[in-house]
Amino acid sequence: MKQIFGEYAEETVKSKEFLKIGFTPNSTQLQQRWRNNGLSADFLADYLTTFFPIDDNEPSTLQRATELKGAVSYIANELLENSMKFHNPNDDYPITLEVKLYNEHLVLCVTNSISPANLLKFQSIIHDLEHIEPQELYVRQIKQASKNDGNSSGLGLLTIIDDYEAKIGWKFETIQTQKPTEQTLVTTMVQLSI
Amino acid sequence: MKIIDKEYSVIYDQATNTVYWSGIMRLNGGQAYEPILQLLNKIAALEPAKITMNLRDLKALNSSGISMLGRFIFSIDRKKNIQLLLLGAKAVPWQQKWAKNFQRLMPALQFEWV
Repeated sequence: MKQIFGEYAEETVKSKEFLKIGFTPNSTQLQQRWRNNGLSADFLADYLTTFFPIDDNEPSTLQRATELKGAVSYIANELLENSMKFHNPNDDYPITLEVKLYNEHLVLCVTNSISPANLLKFQSIIHDLEHIEPQELYVRQIKQASKNDGNSSGLGLLTIIDDYEAKIGWKFETIQTQKPTEQTLVTTMVQLSI
Repeated sequence: MKIIDKEYSVIYDQATNTVYWSGIMRLNGGQAYEPILQLLNKIAALEPAKITMNLRDLKALNSSGISMLGRFIFSIDRKKNIQLLLLGAKAVPWQQKWAKNFQRLMPALQFEWV
């Protein structure tokens, strides 16, 4: 079974430049693996700067490279933090983070398993993102967090859409595994113009 | 009053009513930010006429951190008796992205950019 939400685009032209990182969150302690999110995000952002050389005679190239590095680092970190929050702790399915570079845009994808309880919660966040104006949703999230011990679900995804003008989409698919008999995977895809 | 970690610090200078932020803050969810929010709330409880937040050396903040700062700004907006000034750096591009959202929470919020 497969379900698509938002702007999710299957790859029609193969990317010639890509990087994929995979890890299994249950294999290390929480604090260590949380730190891994930022390290992985910064690594991807640094890696991409190779493809955006800076010309000292052209200040706009430095600004563009700085903005892109900041955007990739922020977005990749938020996607990884989300995957940590929503992945199914009862399995050892690896979380993967992939960046693909194309001529006019880049794509960041994170795939993780998701438990049935988290699935409903995640889809309700997606529903809000698709149906409520970003400005209104932002203020609502902050007010809600004030009453709710600081937890504001979906603010990371909202800032990706609103602050970085990125397209975002999701694919949910059920796959057959040996234990349990089936598993739901979610891929969050962010497309960023370059 | 201060919080100093390996990767970030938040230091309050009472003489100038300025909070200096620096480093990279990507803590795990809202609860991990509670000590920082408590520090900010203690400063607000002193009821200074103006609080300055110098964010220029804060290189990265995750969405949980944005939420924490947003909650504090919203609480200051409701008090109505404290002015709040954020000092940002254009060289840190995402600071300008936060600015517009924070302004929605506190229309009287002031900014100074370098």
